[in-house]
Amino acid sequence: MSDYLLMAVSAIFVNNILLAQYLGNCPYVGVSKRMNTAVGMAGGVIFVLTLAGIITWIFDVFLLRSFDLVYLRTIVFILVIAALVQFVETFLKKMVPPLYKGLGIFLPLITTNCAIFGVCIINVRKDFNFMETLVFSVTSALGFGLALVIMAGLRERMATARIPKILEGTAITMITAGFMALSFFGFLGMA
Amino acid sequence: MNNIVKEFTKGLWAEIPPFRFVLGLCPTLAVTKSVETGVGMGLMLTFVLVFSNIFISSLRKVIPPSVRIACFIVVIATFVVIVELVSQAYTYGLYQKLGIFIPLIVVNCIVLGRAEAFASKNGVVASIADGLGMGIGFTISLTVLAAIRELFGAGTLYGINIMGPSFEPFTFMVSAPGAFVCLGLILCIMNLFGKAKEMV
Repeated sequence: MSDYLLMAVSAIFVNNILLAQYLGNCPYVGVSKRMNTAVGMAGGVIFVLTLAGIITWIFDVFLLRSFDLVYLRTIVFILVIAALVQFVETFLKKMVPPLYKGLGIFLPLITTNCAIFGVCIINVRKDFNFMETLVFSVTSALGFGLALVIMAGLRERMATARIPKILEGTAITMITAGFMALSFFGFLGMA
Repeated sequence: MNNIVKEFTKGLWAEIPPFRFVLGLCPTLAVTKSVETGVGMGLMLTFVLVFSNIFISSLRKVIPPSVRIACFIVVIATFVVIVELVSQAYTYGLYQKLGIFIPLIVVNCIVLGRAEAFASKNGVVASIADGLGMGIGFTISLTVLAAIRELFGAGTLYGINIMGPSFEPFTFMVSAPGAFVCLGLILCIMNLFGKAKEMV
């Protein structure tokens, strides 16, 4: 049990997928302008990454490894993720319209979110078992959500602040992200 | 002819990724610890970009619009697997250093972005020029960023010691926060020459 807890703390704070492993930076810059879009994206990533982590793990263990097809991993994974996102979108549209309204426009973007694909690849490259895959996928997504929401909060404040003209736009966002990553380094001793 | 030259050169300065066209940030930040990995990633991406552009532009009248994204991804993934297997066979050291970022070329926004915005609307020759220009532009950007980070972070350039034995490495530059700050400062310099394109 404590192993899983350690893994969770490590994935959320110490090895944060965004700030320490550089995965998922495009949505990090793209959708962190406003708080409600950031929360929507974070929710979508948590939802899809949990499902995608489990399903790609099942595909890898029972299909690719048992038939010696590991070299096809990249193609199979991206297809599984694309199909899953499409399926989730249709399912939510029909069955849970309020949730679809909240997450809807973020779902297609999630297919090409490197955080999803990256975590699925890390899961199988590190030979995680089923429980480890589940814990790592959920907590990585939580770490992503945390960093994204904090950034959105900062950028909402920045919108009214006086920023030097030369730093406007993505430049100030990247530098802010750098200092955020630096502060997350403070968690290094924890795990 | 003029047109094709224009498509090629726009990737080198006017829309150079990722400094002006802020896409594909994950590999930009992750593999620029040293010039070797930066250049390697740039060349791999160029290969994938050129060939996926060729295939997508020649198939653009066959692919039904409703499933185009899935089709693009399959084409891109095919070339990424080729790159992955070739680099595993011939440049194993680089393959190990780049790690998961080789399969991650599949979800690099630049490749899919060019497929969607350019190759699916233009002819084969123009698409080759576009892919080549964007790929070389990306390689140049990664090389510049990697050179700055390696020079200050480790005192070397392409593994060769530049700064001499008395240099104390500024390790902040090769760590994750340094990557963000360094890219931020380069974007700031690019702002001097005109505003970077905002991401959608």
